[in-house]
Amino acid sequence: MDFDALLLARLQFAFTVGFHIIFPSFTIGLASYLAVLEGLWLATGREHFKNLYLFWVKIFALSFGMGVVSGVVMSYQFGTNWSVFSAQAGSVIGPLLAYEVLTAFFLEASFLGVMLFGWKRVGPGLHFFSTCMVAIGTLMSAFWILAANSWMQTPAGFTFAPDGTMVATDFWEVVFNPSQPSRFAHMVLAAYLTTAMVVAGASAYTLLKGRALTEGRTALRMAILMMAIVAPLQVLVGHESGLVAHAHQPAKIAAMEGWWEDRQSQPSILFAWPDEAAETNHFELAAPDTSSFLFDTPPTETLRGLKSFPEEDRPPVAIVFWSFRVMVGIGLIMVALGLWGAFVWATGRLDGASLYFRALVLAGPSGFIAVLAGWIAAEVGRQPYVVYGVLRTADAVSPVAAGTVAASLLFFLIVYAVVFTAGALYILRLMAAGPESDEPAPRSKQPPGTPLGAALKEA
Amino acid sequence: MFGIELALIWAVLIAVAVFLYVALDGFDLGVGILFPFAKDARERDQMQAAIAPVWDGNETWLVLGGGGLFAAFPKAYAALMPALYIPIILMLLALIFRGVAFEFRHQGRATGKRWWTIAFSGGSLVATAAQGLVLGGFVQGVALDKGAFAGGPFDWLTPFSLLVAASLVAGYALLGAAWLVYKTQGALFDRARRWVMQLSVIVAVAMAGVSLATLGIDPRVTARWGVSMTSIDWPVFLQLAPLPLVAAGLCFFLWRGAETRNHLLPYGLSVALFAVGYLGLAISLWPYIVPFAMTPGEAAAADNALALMLWGALPMLPIILAYTAYVYWLFRAKVGDDAAYH
Repeated sequence: MDFDALLLARLQFAFTVGFHIIFPSFTIGLASYLAVLEGLWLATGREHFKNLYLFWVKIFALSFGMGVVSGVVMSYQFGTNWSVFSAQAGSVIGPLLAYEVLTAFFLEASFLGVMLFGWKRVGPGLHFFSTCMVAIGTLMSAFWILAANSWMQTPAGFTFAPDGTMVATDFWEVVFNPSQPSRFAHMVLAAYLTTAMVVAGASAYTLLKGRALTEGRTALRMAILMMAIVAPLQVLVGHESGLVAHAHQPAKIAAMEGWWEDRQSQPSILFAWPDEAAETNHFELAAPDTSSFLFDTPPTETLRGLKSFPEEDRPPVAIVFWSFRVMVGIGLIMVALGLWGAFVWATGRLDGASLYFRALVLAGPSGFIAVLAGWIAAEVGRQPYVVYGVLRTADAVSPVAAGTVAASLLFFLIVYAVVFTAGALYILRLMAAGPESDEPAPRSKQPPGTPLGAALKEA
Repeated sequence: MFGIELALIWAVLIAVAVFLYVALDGFDLGVGILFPFAKDARERDQMQAAIAPVWDGNETWLVLGGGGLFAAFPKAYAALMPALYIPIILMLLALIFRGVAFEFRHQGRATGKRWWTIAFSGGSLVATAAQGLVLGGFVQGVALDKGAFAGGPFDWLTPFSLLVAASLVAGYALLGAAWLVYKTQGALFDRARRWVMQLSVIVAVAMAGVSLATLGIDPRVTARWGVSMTSIDWPVFLQLAPLPLVAAGLCFFLWRGAETRNHLLPYGLSVALFAVGYLGLAISLWPYIVPFAMTPGEAAAADNALALMLWGALPMLPIILAYTAYVYWLFRAKVGDDAAYH
């Protein structure tokens, strides 16, 4: 296989899976949020929960549709572009994907129909049940796909058959491989946070515009609650996931941290420009000797640097190093926004906190960037292997000509650009309009968000 | 021995999944193909409303077909997907357009709605044609070397695969028209009945053409049916002759039966017609999962993988079929004139 076809196949997979993950990371959280909203509406009978449900379900339908069609692509790309991987690892990883279809995809797709079109045909209890089934389906789907991906990161419970293909020796070990529990938790929390940031941003926007105040205030409080609890929790889970990677994928951790030398005590690097040719960092800004604290290692244990791995076994350093920092940076911003929100809420100043609202609008899409950066760090960090330490990416690619892959990549770029632009436009349009509300339209022509404008609307 | 049986069970299960895909997503793709023949935007809204609650579940059978082939027969999946690379990618891209169009048509304003209407219809047509090219490319066999694809990027493009693609478009359109007879009323219902009558003739011709062309694909197919261009081996052919006769009968009833009072009957007859064609194809290709190169036993995943999946599929498939049936029952009513979105 020539180099170009390999690179193109990798670009195509990275692009299609990167495009795809945007939607599940939103709809996993949004499905659970919708279930909570409908449950609260049924329990309290308060109309603004229903208004919020009807608003977010439209955005859910758009996002879920884009997630479905980009997901169907993924189930065929293993074969079209990575046929050697499929043939080699199919007996181990295939059942996990089959279980995803059987336990999650049909559940989501069937009950989505009831959720979107069944209002007049089923009672509220059954409609709520359908929403819950969709929400459970999204979580089960995440479980299986994270099991499959984590097995590629930390393969376990398998051996080689006489024909050279991989076969499972223990499917329990395959599914619950070393990195699966922490990475599944990390992804679900990431999805919940992504949704919380979008809900917070959209609610803050309509509040600034002085529309649907009851709905906006309720949604904003729910989002702040989620942020304040889940963002700090995510830091701990992410750290746990890092410890697992440290134990099983030391080269990935060395690239994430930007460590080149073997040392008993490594620095925590805040900023640097990793130079793979010179095997060093430029412009390094670091807190020295903090690694034993972060990784909880005894001071006598050596922490491996990249130089101790043969060059052909190292992942691309700069991409992993920087995408990891983007993810962590955004995570810390979310923690700060959660604490800020909790503080103004606790001190009773939340409804007029226009500076905070503006910050939330700005941070609305931050979850998507963090999810993408995190996945880039995880997947590029796994290189040069597709199954870590077992099967190299270069040996896994399909026997398809570079020109064919290049042409299909071009078409994917065009089609996804059109679909994404239109989808984003329609979603933003819905968000700008905000939820339907029973309250009278605002009378004020005052600029939104000013104390006077807010006071006039209250009147 | 147990392993070969497991592989056979999975071959049957995947064949059933693919057939369910064809029978179900076939009608909603067919409705998209018929979009340009609708009278106005209101009729198109009704046509889309007749499939909107169920299309997503229908398409999931395609994921089960692809994912199931990967999981149960990784070697067949690894051999076929690179060989059929271009039509597969074409199908996926077309499915993207028509999938998002369900929601986007309702969100777009005037220009947007017009564009997504074209995307829905064009996407349905191209996805169907691409599936026909995949089927044609599959039936005529792929060039393999030690189990890996060893041919060119356009090997699938032959007069045979083009004939299959055109026939599948007609076939899905028939399923779509028959579904509309079941789901609509008034002027659209009358139009759908005419479509069924016209398409039953076209599909009859197309099926005869594909059947004859398939006989020329490989000597093994010719021998199985006992029919070649120059002679007929009557004892062999007579055993299988009921199949084309039943197909001809079904086409006749579809042509006549579009007048019937039972509005679900045309769809039932269309599915039966597809079942006969599917069975004929299975007889032609038996026992290969990659035609004339790989049997299920040769392509199968490890026994423990097949067994584990069977333990999952045995309880899950009936549950899936049950709630799928429930959703269909829930949305059994005919689409009204006020076909509106959720």
